[in-house]
Amino acid sequence: MTHLPIVSTRHLMPLAVAGALALAASPAAAQQKTVKIGFISTFSGPTAVIGNDMRNSFELALDHLGRKMGGLPVEVIYEDDQQKPEAGKQKTDKLIESDKVDFIVGYIWSNVLLASLKSAVDSKTFLITSNAGPSQLAGELCSPYVFSTSWQNDQTPQVMGLYMNQKGVKTAFLIGPNYAAGKDMLAGVASTFKGQVVGQELTKWPDQLDFSAELSKARAARPDAIFVFYPGAAGVQFLTQYGQAGLKGQIPLYTAFTIDETTLPRQKDLALGVPGAQEWVNDLPNDENKRFVADYIKKHSGARPSFYGAQTYDAANLVNSAVVAVKGDTSKKDEMRAEMEKANFKSVRGNFKYGKNHMPIQNFYLQDVVKDADGNFVLKTVATIVENDQDRFHDKCPMK
Amino acid sequence: MIYFIEQCLNGVQLGMLLFLLAAGLTLIFGIMDLVNLAHGSLYMLGAYFAATLVAWTDSFLLGVPLALLATLVVGMAVEVVAMRRLYGRDHLDHVLGTFGLILFFNELVRLIWGPAGMTLFLPSWLNAAVPVLPGLYYPLYRVVIIVVTILVALFLYGLVMRTRLGMLIRAGASNREMVGALGINIKLLYTFVFGLGAALAGFAGLMQAPILTVQIGMGENILIVAFVVIVIGGIGSIRGAFVASLFVGMVDTIGRAFFPDLLRLVLSKEAAATAAPALSSMMIYLLMAAVLVLRPEGLFPAANR
Repeated sequence: MTHLPIVSTRHLMPLAVAGALALAASPAAAQQKTVKIGFISTFSGPTAVIGNDMRNSFELALDHLGRKMGGLPVEVIYEDDQQKPEAGKQKTDKLIESDKVDFIVGYIWSNVLLASLKSAVDSKTFLITSNAGPSQLAGELCSPYVFSTSWQNDQTPQVMGLYMNQKGVKTAFLIGPNYAAGKDMLAGVASTFKGQVVGQELTKWPDQLDFSAELSKARAARPDAIFVFYPGAAGVQFLTQYGQAGLKGQIPLYTAFTIDETTLPRQKDLALGVPGAQEWVNDLPNDENKRFVADYIKKHSGARPSFYGAQTYDAANLVNSAVVAVKGDTSKKDEMRAEMEKANFKSVRGNFKYGKNHMPIQNFYLQDVVKDADGNFVLKTVATIVENDQDRFHDKCPMK
Repeated sequence: MIYFIEQCLNGVQLGMLLFLLAAGLTLIFGIMDLVNLAHGSLYMLGAYFAATLVAWTDSFLLGVPLALLATLVVGMAVEVVAMRRLYGRDHLDHVLGTFGLILFFNELVRLIWGPAGMTLFLPSWLNAAVPVLPGLYYPLYRVVIIVVTILVALFLYGLVMRTRLGMLIRAGASNREMVGALGINIKLLYTFVFGLGAALAGFAGLMQAPILTVQIGMGENILIVAFVVIVIGGIGSIRGAFVASLFVGMVDTIGRAFFPDLLRLVLSKEAAATAAPALSSMMIYLLMAAVLVLRPEGLFPAANR
């Protein structure tokens, strides 16, 4: 540049003032870097209770970490996916492109995650899914930039299938919602269940709430058992209608992700005696878990955390382990990945290992609903069904 | 055969629920010429009022009429405060105004009742399955819905066709100014009609609450189906709404019950399992398209309501 632009003092003054103000205001921002975490979940609509539980648990984890990771303050940007894939993708893009976050955490819904995945992977932003576990993610779509602190969708229903074998179930009718996770769940239970699947129904998701036609069908098929997957509020409706149809006591129900602490206050005694499977139950006896559950209940006036929350609590600690390992220099992505692959943190489910597809290899428990001494309905661990279970898609993952 | 009858009952029951919602909508749309997207919000309020009042009075039979009354009052208040400004404007203004009301009510419910949703528990005597035919058990509450809705339909028919009030309502629909000129307080009449529509929506909401849900935004999906019903039935016709509700309820349920099995005969199991829910949820729209082609004014056009 040879010519300096001619600027009059009249123009210069405001600039100078603005510059001075910026200097005065910015030392904190300029010198003190923060760890930026984008958080995507559902914060509106009927399933907002799940998103709130995840946010509460994430905030609790940050409290426990002193709201710092690797010596740097943590900044979290919460975004609502409205349970819609297109909204989730848009919010993911926003977090990556305009907020330039170091990590994205969250995702309840498999279809929302699948829509958002490419943005994160292409921009090499670490994505920690703390719930959704579509089969594609464990298999052909696995990525060096994606980790899970939950499970692959098929695993939990697979465990239920094993339990149904134990109980001597010979014929089963499967019902679930028609989206990525629903298909995985029904495929999962069918893969381990040794009896005969006499019928299978997928319902419109998320707006079909009346299951009368499906329940009539299940009754007419006369199975030994019904397996069902309805997360969130839909699980309340399913259990209600199952009870009203007079099926309770006639055909036993086996579930995955249908009864949890977000739905129990509405399901109450409808859920009594209905078995479910989970990789985390609130009464797991390790110290980390006791602290998590006790502090959550204290902070949220008696409300109990769900598995969604527990997995999100773990996600915060996984992110922390990576940031600590690079002493806050989040540009060292390879080192952060190497650290996260070790799963080097105290998980509230007890320690686990990662498979090469970044999916946990972990235990699964049978859980049941009981009434505690105060008359509240709570989930408790009944038995360990499988130990160190790895998802059945890891062979399809090209990652080494 | 028993299975088929059971599915038909499911269809009738869904149709009855749709009728309660569609009747109010068609009254307001047909008589007041007002597109009311907030009808779903009143449906939601009915359910929330019922869940709260039933828990509060500890009696289902006491809580339900109180909730109905509360929805009626809210409906009339909404008419006086908001809807009055919208008469005589074009439909786009109605859509915008009532869409605003949806957002308002969703947020209001979130402030008052929180985001988690509620449960309306049935008394245990209603929470059972009863034999309606030998070998066919059907949830008692769903039978109650069918019976009560038929009574409501008869009451509405009587009210609109056989009473002086109904005559005024019909006259107001044909010529608002003339009715006003004859010394009838048309404003009050409209407030009443809107309140009646609101109460019907609230009634639909509270009737479905024990089987479906009480949550924010619960009226938005079903409102679309209710619009389908009134388009098929003929806008403004109660009789049309009744017949169309039954049609839509049956087509939807029978589609969901039998269509996947039919599809499995021609497609692979996986393809059928994925395509069936999508296709069967399209059925009612196909029905609407077919009706519109054959009878563009609906099954019972307003001219002979």
